[in-house]
Amino acid sequence: MTGEIKHEWPLFEVFVRAKRGLNHVHVGSLRAADPQMALHHARDLYTRRNEGVSIWVVRSDDVTASEPDDKAMFFEPSGDKVYRHPTYYAIPDSVPHI
Amino acid sequence: MSFDDAYGALTDHDDDARWAYGTGFTDPLAGVPTEVPAGVDAADLAAYCLMLGDDALIMSHRLQQWVTRAPELEDEVAIANIALDLLGQARLLLTRAGEAEGEGRDEDALAYLRDATEFRNVRLAERSDPDFAHLVARLLVFATWRLALLDRLAGSPDPVLAAIGAKGAKEVTYHREYAAGWVVRLGDGTDLSRQRMQAAVDAVWPLTGELFRPHEVEQRMDMDPSAWRAEFDAVMTEVLTVATLRRPVGGDVAGYGRDGEHTDEMAAILAELQNLKRSVPGGVW
Repeated sequence: MTGEIKHEWPLFEVFVRAKRGLNHVHVGSLRAADPQMALHHARDLYTRRNEGVSIWVVRSDDVTASEPDDKAMFFEPSGDKVYRHPTYYAIPDSVPHI
Repeated sequence: MSFDDAYGALTDHDDDARWAYGTGFTDPLAGVPTEVPAGVDAADLAAYCLMLGDDALIMSHRLQQWVTRAPELEDEVAIANIALDLLGQARLLLTRAGEAEGEGRDEDALAYLRDATEFRNVRLAERSDPDFAHLVARLLVFATWRLALLDRLAGSPDPVLAAIGAKGAKEVTYHREYAAGWVVRLGDGTDLSRQRMQAAVDAVWPLTGELFRPHEVEQRMDMDPSAWRAEFDAVMTEVLTVATLRRPVGGDVAGYGRDGEHTDEMAAILAELQNLKRSVPGGVW
C-alpha cells in the first residue's frame, strides 16, 4: 500500500431495515477505513439489539443534501395541496406501513 | 399488553410497536431438555463443559480489558460485543457443567469460587495482549479453532451442548471474520503494520499446539481437537497468505491448561474477575 496515511477515517451514514417489507431508515453515522469495515461497524453499533435484517452504508461525502435556505422554494409549495393525498381509498388492515 | 418484566416484553413477537429498539429475542435453550441423556457420562460431560466454559470466560475477560483502550470507538464496541458473546457461552456451559456435576454449584460458584489450578481453559485464552495486533492474532487463532469445535458440538448427543454449539457457531463465525479482517488489513498494510502484525502472529503461534493436544475427556466425548487441525490449518494459511504474512513453523510449548497448568498471568485475571464476589459473599444490588 502506498500513498499518504490518513489519520482520521471517513464518515459513513448507516441505514437499517428493521424487517422485510419496510424501508431502510437512517439510524446514524460512524467512522471506518472502507465500506466493508463500515458494514461491520454498523452491524456492531446499530443492530446489536436485534434491530435489523439489512444494512446499507454510504460515504457521507457522497450524500447530496438540500440546503436549509431552499426550504421555502423546496417544501412550502406542497403545504396547501391536500388533494395530492389519496384519501378516498380504504386502506386494508393488513397493510400497516403505507 | 402487560408483562411482569422487561425481558418478557422484549421476547414478545407481537408487540413491536412499543419498542424503539429490536424485539423478537429468543432463548437458545428454550424447550431443550436438561436431563443428562443415557449413554453420556455425567462426569465427562461436566468436565468437558468446564473446559469450553473456561475457554470462553477467560477469553471474554481478556477482551473486556480492551474496553476503554481500543484504538477506535467503533472497534471498542465490536470487541465488547465479542466479549459478551463469549460470556454468554461461558454462562450456558458453566451452568451445564454444574448440572452434570450434580453438587449444587451454579455458574457463579464455578466462575468465582475456583482457584487457578481448577480452571481448565487453554492457555491461549489467558495470554495478555501487548498491543492490538496481538489481540487480533490471538482472536483469529482462538475463533478459528473454536468455530471448528462448535460446528462439531452442534452434533453432540447432549441436547444442551448441541444447542450451545449451534448458537455459538454463528457468533464465532463473526468473531473470526472480524479478526481476519484486521490481520489482513494490518498485514497487507504499511511496512510498519506488517512488521508488527508478523511479530504478533509469531508470538501467539507457540500456543496453538496445545489447542490440538487431545485430553482424555475430549476423546471420550468424541471431541478430539486433532480431528479439526487440518481445517484450522487451511483457514490460517488462507488468511495469512492474503495478509502477506509468513506462517510460523513449530508451535508448541510445555504446559497444559486442560490439566490446570496455567501461566502466571492466570492469577492476575482471577484476582480481578473474582475479587468482588469473594470480598462480598452473597452480595446483591
